[in-house]
Amino acid sequence: MPGKVSRVAGPVVEAIDMFEVVMHEIVQVGQAELIGEIIRLDGGKATIQVYQNTTGLKLNEPVLGTGAPLSVELGPGLLGNVFDGIARPLETLKELTGAFIMPTHGITSISREKTWAFTPKVTIGDTISTGDIVGVVQETDLIEHRILVPHNLSGKVTKIAPKGDYTITEPIITIESDDKKTELQMLQKWPVRIPRPHSKRLSAFKPLITGQRVIDTFFPLAKGGSAAIPGPFGAGKTVTQQQLAKWSDANIIIYVGCGERGNEMVDVLDSFPKLTDPTTGHPLMERTILIANTSNMPVSAREASIYTGITLAEYYRDMGYAVALMADSTSRWAEALRELSGRLEEMPAEEGFPSYLPSRLAEFYERTGVVETLGSDKRIGSICAVGAVSPPGGDFSEPVTQHTKRFTRVFWALDAELANARHYPSINWMNSYSGYIDELAEWWHQTVDKDWSNYRDEAMRILQAEDELKNIVKLVGPEALPDKQRLILETARIIRIAILQQNALDDIDTYCSPQKQFKMLKIVMDFHHLADNIISKGLPISKITSLPVTEEILRIKTSIPNDKLYMLDDLAKRMHERFEILETNMR
Amino acid sequence: MASGLEYKGVASISGPIIIIENVQNVGYDELVYIKTQTGETRLGRVIQIMQKAVAVQVFEGTSGLSTTETRTRFLGHPLEVPVSTEMLGRIMNSFGEPIDGYPHFFTEEKRDINGYPLNPVAREYPREFIQTGISSIDCLSSLVRGQKLPVFSGPGLSHNELAAQIVRQAQIRTGENFNIIFIAMGLKNDDAAFFKKSFEETGAIKNVAMFLNLADDPPVERILTPRVGLTLAEYLAYEQDRHVLVVMTDITNYCEALRELSASLEEVPSRKGYPGYMYSDLASLYERAGRIHGKKGSITQMPILTMPNDDITHPIPDLTGYITEGQIVLSRALEKQSIYPPIYITTSLSRLMKDGIGKDSTREDHASVASQLYAAYAQYNSVKSLVTIIGEEGLGSRDKDYLRFGEYFEKHLVNQGNTENRSIEETLQIAWNALSLLPTDELTSIKPEYIQKYYKKHL
Repeated sequence: MPGKVSRVAGPVVEAIDMFEVVMHEIVQVGQAELIGEIIRLDGGKATIQVYQNTTGLKLNEPVLGTGAPLSVELGPGLLGNVFDGIARPLETLKELTGAFIMPTHGITSISREKTWAFTPKVTIGDTISTGDIVGVVQETDLIEHRILVPHNLSGKVTKIAPKGDYTITEPIITIESDDKKTELQMLQKWPVRIPRPHSKRLSAFKPLITGQRVIDTFFPLAKGGSAAIPGPFGAGKTVTQQQLAKWSDANIIIYVGCGERGNEMVDVLDSFPKLTDPTTGHPLMERTILIANTSNMPVSAREASIYTGITLAEYYRDMGYAVALMADSTSRWAEALRELSGRLEEMPAEEGFPSYLPSRLAEFYERTGVVETLGSDKRIGSICAVGAVSPPGGDFSEPVTQHTKRFTRVFWALDAELANARHYPSINWMNSYSGYIDELAEWWHQTVDKDWSNYRDEAMRILQAEDELKNIVKLVGPEALPDKQRLILETARIIRIAILQQNALDDIDTYCSPQKQFKMLKIVMDFHHLADNIISKGLPISKITSLPVTEEILRIKTSIPNDKLYMLDDLAKRMHERFEILETNMR
Repeated sequence: MASGLEYKGVASISGPIIIIENVQNVGYDELVYIKTQTGETRLGRVIQIMQKAVAVQVFEGTSGLSTTETRTRFLGHPLEVPVSTEMLGRIMNSFGEPIDGYPHFFTEEKRDINGYPLNPVAREYPREFIQTGISSIDCLSSLVRGQKLPVFSGPGLSHNELAAQIVRQAQIRTGENFNIIFIAMGLKNDDAAFFKKSFEETGAIKNVAMFLNLADDPPVERILTPRVGLTLAEYLAYEQDRHVLVVMTDITNYCEALRELSASLEEVPSRKGYPGYMYSDLASLYERAGRIHGKKGSITQMPILTMPNDDITHPIPDLTGYITEGQIVLSRALEKQSIYPPIYITTSLSRLMKDGIGKDSTREDHASVASQLYAAYAQYNSVKSLVTIIGEEGLGSRDKDYLRFGEYFEKHLVNQGNTENRSIEETLQIAWNALSLLPTDELTSIKPEYIQKYYKKHL
């Protein structure tokens, strides 16, 4: 027997006579069958968070339970798609209701008609259990989709579909255990608010290479790690997130546009199909899933979008992939929590946010990590999450930034002053940190150069020294400093312009390979050593700053492509020669 | 039918909210006609449905309403307004009714004022450069069709002159003109008169639809005004293939009205007493800008807000900045130096600029010139603060160059007459004149070939 609507207040609806439902069950609300989720039960009265616009909803309209919690559909056909916050494909919505999103119902996430070339990986008689691969489908040219045995299921294979084309709802395998016989299809479901299980957690040891120098070289993120990007508006959070989504070397990218601008999502939608993956040359969309719940779409779906995203991430992680999830912006998600909490008339904590904000943030970030998956072949999969934070007024002491800091190990603090000077990415090197430097140094030493740590640390020390000297310069001007200190200012300037600044819009500079990053760092630091040495011998610094080679160093980022690094070696050679000439002239 | 039933009497009245008991078959967000005891009619909207009663927000305010004699009628649909191309050249109130003394326009077309969210995959990315004729906007924070670019101003700054100048001059490079929708929220009578006069003088008025909610009109109506105007904008853009520029002023008054309403509903406030949903609410206005695949028209928005106490971190500019695609910030310091328009480029920004400028739309060097100007102006500002401590004599030669650059930049590029309509070529020439005051090795953002072509090539 259906319940009846008894109160409507925006996205929050109450219904009475709701005796047969459970917490977090999905219900259909009203004649329009709006999708809602039960968030509070009190006797027969249910409080429902509705994921669509409630305009026109009336008292006593029916409310029907569906028997299932908020879930996403999992299976081949997810990649390359654009979904809203509750995983409805936006292209399908467009076909149904036109350019504007109108109330509609009965939409599935993945196409039921499309067939996929399935290749079985087990044979009749095999004993398999949760997480084992029963077969594979080439979902895109880049990604092999592995069909896994669902949770809490094991037994003997009694039937397996031969190699061929199937839709996701056709039976492909039958598993029999002592008491029951289960027929499976490629399509599976998982409740978004519950983390998918894994066998065990491992520690992070590989960097997520993003091609962004200030990140990879100075504040690296590990595969399986978590990072926060807080910054006021206009500081470049979205551009940084998009750069990560474009260039990072994860297998799968999940980009959650959570309460952000419509035109920005279009930018992603337009540019990703045209961009190619630097390592494989395939369009980036082949490894990407976009979730777009823009700021004018229903606020409850915004709250759900983060969970939808991380559940999709876990699904691909379980196949053994490295997944990177970008959430832009977690502040909008927190505000959705606040808005819904306000409508529920809950007691607010800091700045009106509900008191459970920190535990929800922790739950989300704890779903990241490197894991050994379930399944007998012990695959390794990982999820790293990068959450943008939009602190009001750029004030990092507000609750979302502060709590996010507690649960993430990398902090890329974007800075309005740097952004105003068009220093992008505007990651402030004094306020940012990475908790993975020691773990990742080994990778750099083995893969790139054994001196990586030394050069990196020294560059950081120079930036630190510049920060201290800046206060003196403010009082006396740079001319009054001794030459050695002026050299520190000059080297710091070169580090800032040549290395820390990176132009996302420049064809060459938008992605910088780890090898190029190291060579650039080395040439700048070698410049510093040579100059420091020659200044000790009495050469005035003006002779050094006027060297044309410094201008060449400043232009490396845009003038030397990643595949022509010998040009960098030539430049280094010329620089050494110039300094030798300077030194001979002195004698 | 619900629309037929009339109810007499209300249970309670508090601020702009009335509670009516024992009503049947009422939908959320439905429109309500309210008749006072003197026979005057007002409009309201259902904002909450409870088991035994509904809460209705009365747009024109509740003064003069009694609990016994008030009559209400529920119309069975949300607030709808007429839309028509005839509304161009006319002045209307917050309900889309003409208030200029001329007859009512004929139209059958009506639209729900809340509209529907635009599906992100149906959007087309805005990339057509709009020339405003104002150098600091065209060169450094370029506006494109389908963008929402607000002006952050302060009380008493020349934002009205700037907005009027943009409305007069804005065109895309092929010369097509805009239909203008002017939305006034809590605007002072003399400011409204200024805009009207400015549109009339240039003959632009026939392309302008003005929706006026003036300072002495009921604040709750202010929640409606922008929605009514934007509903017409969507009709013109997506059904009549027009390019529409929407000027909304003043968003600060709109947010104050929102806070007033929220307080009378006894909602849990967030920062500075503004409601927690202000971000979503503002987004429901701003996100109505854009372009749609396969449609010729577009909606470009230029909201104007006055930052309380010139504070850019105040919730109103802050939340706006997080939704809009950049901002144009006016500075009191520049205004005091008689620089018009007093645009402070350091904090101004246009996020959609990158795809709207360059070889095919403006000029190949535009992007790098803009980024160099930003960097150089930031350097100028830090040199200027150094000068206040050590004096100009203590500066090195490079710093002195920056000082000369910055002064030239403010005086010639930012500063211009309020009737001066500069082409983008003229603007870029002034920009190069300024950059030519710096040595070439400082111009690290600019490709050597452009330096070769434009550096020290004075006209």
